[in-house]
Amino acid sequence: MTKCIELSFTQVDFNSQLSQFFSELLDKKVLDGIMVPVRQGEGLAMQTLVTKTKLPEGADPFAPVIPVNSAKLASTLTATPTGKRVGLVMRSCEIRAFIELTKLNQASLDEALIIGLDCFGRFENGDYKKFTAAGGTTANFLEKAKSDEAFSGDVHLCGACTICEFPTTDIADLRLGLLGAANDKVIVEAYSEKGQQALTDANLTLTETPSSREAAIKKLTEVRLAKRDEAFAAYHETNDSFDALENMLADCVNCYNCRVACPVCYCKECVFVTDTFRHKSEQLIGWADKGGSLKLPTDTFFYHLVRMSHISTMCTGCGQCTSACPNDIALMPIFRTAAEKAQTRFDYQAGRSVDEPQPLAVFEFDEMIEVTGQEK
Amino acid sequence: MSNYEPKIVAFFCNWCTFTAADLAGTSRLSYPPNMKIIRVMCSGMVDPKYVIKSFLGGADGVLIGGCWPGDCHYINGNLKARRRVALLTELLKQYGIDEERLWLRWIAASEGTMLQEVAQEMTAKLKEIGPSPMNKSVDKVVG
Repeated sequence: MTKCIELSFTQVDFNSQLSQFFSELLDKKVLDGIMVPVRQGEGLAMQTLVTKTKLPEGADPFAPVIPVNSAKLASTLTATPTGKRVGLVMRSCEIRAFIELTKLNQASLDEALIIGLDCFGRFENGDYKKFTAAGGTTANFLEKAKSDEAFSGDVHLCGACTICEFPTTDIADLRLGLLGAANDKVIVEAYSEKGQQALTDANLTLTETPSSREAAIKKLTEVRLAKRDEAFAAYHETNDSFDALENMLADCVNCYNCRVACPVCYCKECVFVTDTFRHKSEQLIGWADKGGSLKLPTDTFFYHLVRMSHISTMCTGCGQCTSACPNDIALMPIFRTAAEKAQTRFDYQAGRSVDEPQPLAVFEFDEMIEVTGQEK
Repeated sequence: MSNYEPKIVAFFCNWCTFTAADLAGTSRLSYPPNMKIIRVMCSGMVDPKYVIKSFLGGADGVLIGGCWPGDCHYINGNLKARRRVALLTELLKQYGIDEERLWLRWIAASEGTMLQEVAQEMTAKLKEIGPSPMNKSVDKVVG
């Protein structure tokens, strides 16, 4: 059983209570900085690095929108040591992607305090704006999401979130949660020794986490798992051929937004924007000549398949690829199902553990005999 | 499809399988001409991109030949190749790309006969399962 503190709030002062808690951590020098979503005027909530003791007006950690998967932001904040301890307020998909980046030495946990949030899903950016324009607040959202009410109007939770089986994360130092909490409480759960130390250093008195929390997490996880399996089955039923894959990707314009938005697309320089793919005029004419015609821009499927081979073992299913696509290609199902296949094959789960090596980073002498089917 | 001839792109490691192909040649062992050999320094340098590009460029099958585990000239390149092939097979399989289209085989420098057998077996297998659905080279070459 973990220990926790409980913060009381009312609908109106929800964010100010959270801000006060974070400010306290900064004030008591438990943290030197904190990365936390802050509402940009009337716009989206963007991650913001705060080092003064007072959090800016508009801090809104639970805002149901993730304009950028913050694993990449957290990576740039932690990749080189600074001697400063920074709290990173992130969702489960972001934390799991961040863990994958630490394994690639593109991020570090050493000076970070991971603060996970219970996640009920996010809106696409446009839907979030509609939601807030109609007077919706984060506290309203959480209340509705917790009681599983549908959202009014034409706003919907992002597809990736509805089938995400990780409403919480198992890797976090602190977990801010509403699951299993009373209606006017946020639980701040000390989820690691580092987290417990942080709360103790802030002179906070810890109590036992209510047992209702574990049960509530389990229940939501099961609901999401069932939805996930249903979605996977429906996907495989209709998309089992290469032609189907081609059809799904037919509207791709090679803008590579999905690659930019993907938190685990790890290459420092993508081969698809190098000279290798800046084809010469006569090459293009030659290829067209060979088959009679050539679709332009070229290399579309090549790009998606290579990206799949790169990230499928690390994909955390955040759905940013779909959100980033200008032509509304449903990339998330393509990559989540690929990730499911790849991670099952290697008995791996992206972001599950810090110590679990990435499948393509290790290899054993005596394994996977079935690949060649040959034995000496 | 009685006159269908599959195209196989074969990536052979310089130290074992390519030498085996040489041995097959000097021993006058004939193997089907469907196989186009590309010599690489190690099976571990066959990037998944090469395999995907081969398929998109019209290959019906891809064969990667490397040294037996323990014999790799670079110690463990072949073990890396094995994991990559496992991953690619898994990814392509769900879109109807038969796992028999991508083979990894250990063929030592002395195993010219095995090279001949593998080439024959793979060609026969691909004739049986027909052209690759990834081969769109009739109307477009680059996917």
